[in-house]
Amino acid sequence: MAEYERYEHDVLVIGAGGAGLRAAIAAAERGARVGLVCKSLLGKAHTVMAEGGVAAAMGHVDDRDNWQVHFADTMRGGQYVNNWRMAELHAKEAPDRVRELEAWGAVFDRTPDGRILQRNFGGHRYPRLAHVGDRTGLEMIRTLQDHAIHKGIDVHMEVTIVQLLKDGDRVCGALAYDRERGRFRLFAAGAVVLATGGIGRAFSVTSNSWEYTGDGHSLAYAAGAELMDMEFVQFHPTGMVWPPSVMGILVTEGVRGEGGVLRNSLGKRFMFDDIPDNYKNQTADNEEEGWRYTQGDKTARRSPELLTRDHVARCIQREVREGRGSPHGGVYLDIAWIKERIPKAEEHIKRKLPSMYHQFMQLANIDITKVPMEVGPTTHYVMGGIRVDGDSQMSTVPGLFAAGECAAGLHGANRLGGNSLSDLLVFGRRAGEHAADFAATKRGGAASSESAATEAIRVALAPFDRGASAGAESPYAIQHDLQKMMQELVGIVRVEEEMSRALTGIAALRERAKRVGVYGNREYNPGWHTAIDLEHLLSVAEAVTRAAIDRKESRGGHFRDDYPDKDPAAGAFNIVLRKGGGGEMQMERRPIPAMPQYLKDIIEAQKA
Amino acid sequence: MGETTFRVWRGERGKGDFADYRTEVGEGMVVLDAMHQIQAESAGDLAVRWNCKAGKCGSCSAEINGKPRLMCMTRMDELPAGEAVTVEPMRAFPHVRDLVTDVSWNFEVKKKVKPFKPRAPDAPDGTWRMQQEDVDRVQEFRKCIECFLCQDVCHVLRDHHKHDEFIGPRFFVHSAALEMHPLDVEDRVHELKETQGIGYCNITKCCTAVCPEHITITDNAIIPLKERVVDEFYDPVMKLVKLFRRKP
Repeated sequence: MAEYERYEHDVLVIGAGGAGLRAAIAAAERGARVGLVCKSLLGKAHTVMAEGGVAAAMGHVDDRDNWQVHFADTMRGGQYVNNWRMAELHAKEAPDRVRELEAWGAVFDRTPDGRILQRNFGGHRYPRLAHVGDRTGLEMIRTLQDHAIHKGIDVHMEVTIVQLLKDGDRVCGALAYDRERGRFRLFAAGAVVLATGGIGRAFSVTSNSWEYTGDGHSLAYAAGAELMDMEFVQFHPTGMVWPPSVMGILVTEGVRGEGGVLRNSLGKRFMFDDIPDNYKNQTADNEEEGWRYTQGDKTARRSPELLTRDHVARCIQREVREGRGSPHGGVYLDIAWIKERIPKAEEHIKRKLPSMYHQFMQLANIDITKVPMEVGPTTHYVMGGIRVDGDSQMSTVPGLFAAGECAAGLHGANRLGGNSLSDLLVFGRRAGEHAADFAATKRGGAASSESAATEAIRVALAPFDRGASAGAESPYAIQHDLQKMMQELVGIVRVEEEMSRALTGIAALRERAKRVGVYGNREYNPGWHTAIDLEHLLSVAEAVTRAAIDRKESRGGHFRDDYPDKDPAAGAFNIVLRKGGGGEMQMERRPIPAMPQYLKDIIEAQKA
Repeated sequence: MGETTFRVWRGERGKGDFADYRTEVGEGMVVLDAMHQIQAESAGDLAVRWNCKAGKCGSCSAEINGKPRLMCMTRMDELPAGEAVTVEPMRAFPHVRDLVTDVSWNFEVKKKVKPFKPRAPDAPDGTWRMQQEDVDRVQEFRKCIECFLCQDVCHVLRDHHKHDEFIGPRFFVHSAALEMHPLDVEDRVHELKETQGIGYCNITKCCTAVCPEHITITDNAIIPLKERVVDEFYDPVMKLVKLFRRKP
C-alpha cells in the first residue's frame, strides 16, 4: 500500500489567494475545522500582484454610484453572457466586504474627508476602485492572511493537490504532496472549496505567476464538474514588452486611470479612432474632455483609453499589425506627459504609481516620469471556469465549491478591472459559508477513496520510473511547446483553422506527456512538479480551444478573425464542457436562464 | 551578452557545494531567468523557490555574490561583466535543498504578535475616518512583501542565532505598522521589550540596506518602537513615581 499521511478537516480550501483566504475565514467563523492548502508560501499567491484596486460601489468620490450602476457596468462589460445572479450579488455585497477589510486592518488611500478613496477604471461608470497606490492586491492578501492566522485554520504551505477524491457522487477530500519532502497527504473533508486561480501559464506571454496552471479547473473537470465560458480569456492590454525576460509583466490600468495615454509610433492617440457603439454616449470624443475625466471632473466622459480591456487590447494589436507599433512590438503608454498639465508631476506619478515606477526603473532602465513605456497585450485572466450556483458557489458535484478566478459566471465574456478583487471577497465568503454548512451534515474520507489515492500516487510517481532514460520527455520542453502553441494559435485573434491545428497539437503533446521523465529525488524537485502540472495545463488548453472553436462569433475576450461580429443568437448561451464516460471532452451550448424583470429594468435604465 | 558562469549552491539540509553552470545571458535578463534556463538545459531538479517574477511576492530571496537580494529583480547587466555569479540560499534559515530554505519560523513568529484591534467605529454606519497624512507612515510599512531578506542579513539572527528571543526586522516593521495604525488600540510595547528582543538591535541598518521595497526599517520602524519601550520602561520621572509607590 502506498504511503501517505492522513489529515481530517471539515472544509478543505485549496488555494490561498484572496478567495481561498476569505473562504477559509468564513468557514472557520461558522465553526468548521478548516484546512487551507497553499501551492506556495502563505501570502505569496497571485492576488499579491493585483495592482489597480477593488471595485465596490461605495460612492465615496461620486455619490451617483450605487449597486445598480455597478451591476449594469459588469453585465455590459461581460457582454450579457454573465451569470446575472452573481453579478447582482457581487454588486450588492462588495461594499460591505471592502469595509470589512478596513475593520481587519487594511489601510486604503483616503479621500479628503477621511474615507476610502476610489479611482477610475476601465468600464466603470464612476470612480469605484478602492486602492492602495498600485499595490492593492498586496494590501488585501496581507490583511486576509494576518486575520486568518488567528482563526485556528490549519495551513498547509507548499502543498500541491494531485486529485480530488469522491465518495459516490460527493467530493470527500483530496490527495496531495508536499513540495519540500515530496511526501503524500490524504485530506479527508466534508466539503472542498477550490480557489486555485487561473490558467495564464498555458500561454507564453502572461502576467501570471508559475502557480497559474489551471489546477482547480482541471481537478474539478476530472472529478465530473462542469466547466463554462472557457473560450473567454482576457488579454490585458498593457504588459511589458521589453526586455524579453520581462515580457508579459503587468502594467496596471491605473496608469491610464491617472491620465496615461496610448500612442502609436506616429504619436497619435489611436484609441479615439474606434469607440464601440454601446460606449459612445459615455466616452470622450476629444483629448481635453478625456483629461478632465481622469482628473475627477464629473461632467466629463471617460477617456477612450479606459474602455474595456478586450477592446483596448485589440486596438493595440491592430496598431502593431498595421505597422504603427513601437520598436519592440508594442505601443507607447505615456504618463510622463501629464507634466504639461499639473505641477510636480514627477512626484505625483511616483506617489500614485510607485510599483510601476520601480518596476520600469529596475527591470527596463526606464524612468516613466520622463519617457513613455512600451506595452502590449499579455494573458491576464480567464473569465471561464467551474460552473457554480450563483448563491452557494457549489459546482455540479455535491460538496465541491469554487470561488474567485477558477469559478465561472460573474464576468461573462470580459472582466472589468477591479472586479476580480471584489469577486474574491464576495464569493470567497459565500463559498466558505456554504461549504461549512454542507460539511456540517457530511463526514469526509470514505474508505473507497483510499484505493483511488493509491492509484493517484502510482501515476504521480511514474515520471521517476522513466527518469532520464532514452525516449523520456523533458517536462520543461513539453510545457514550453504548449505555451508557444497556445500563444500562436489560440491567442488574442483566433481563426478556426489555427485552432484545429492546436487541438491536434494538444493531442500530440498529451502523448509526449505520457513519456515524461524526471530525475533526482522527491525533495523540492521542480522537474517533477512541472511534470505533474502538465496534465492540468493540457486539460485547460483543450477546454479553451474546443470552446473557442465552437463560439463562432466575436464577443468580449474572444475574438474570431473569421467571425469578427457579435452574433445575437450566440449571446443566448454559454458553452459548457464536461468529461464524458470514455474520458473524452463533451461540449454543450447551454441556454442562459432568463433574467428577472427588475434586473432588466436596471440595465435599460443605465443604457442612457 | 554571451555565456556566463553561475556558481550555484547545490545540496540538501545544509550539506552541499557550489556547482558551475554556463548559460547564455540575453538582454535584460535577471538572475532568476538564468536559474530557469539552467533548470531547462542541464539541471532539471535544481530547487528554486519563486512565484511572481515581478518583485511583488518576495519568494525568490537568495544571496547573489554574497548579498541578500531577490533573484527576479537582480539584472545581469548590473553585476560585474565577465565574472562568475555566485547564487546561494539565505543563510539565516535552515537549509532545505539547493537554493530553498525553510522560512517557516517567520510564520510562527508572526502569530505571536498581537493582532490588529480597532477602536470603536467613528460613524454610525460602522466606518472610520482617517486622514491620508495619518496613514502615510503605516502605508510605508505595509509595502513589505515578506521576502525575509532583512531577517537574513540581520546579525542577531544570522550570526547569533537568537531566533527564540528576537523577532527580527520584518516583525518590528509589522509591529510598527500595527502600533502606528491610527485605529489600533492594542499595546505591544511590553512584548517588544521582554520577549521579542528589540533591545538586541544595535541599529546597524543592514536591514534597511537590503530591503527591496526601500522601507526605512531602522529609522522609521525600529527606532520609534525602541523609543516607545524607553518611554514606558525607562522614563526617569515614571521610575521615581514607581519607586515611591513601592514603599509601604
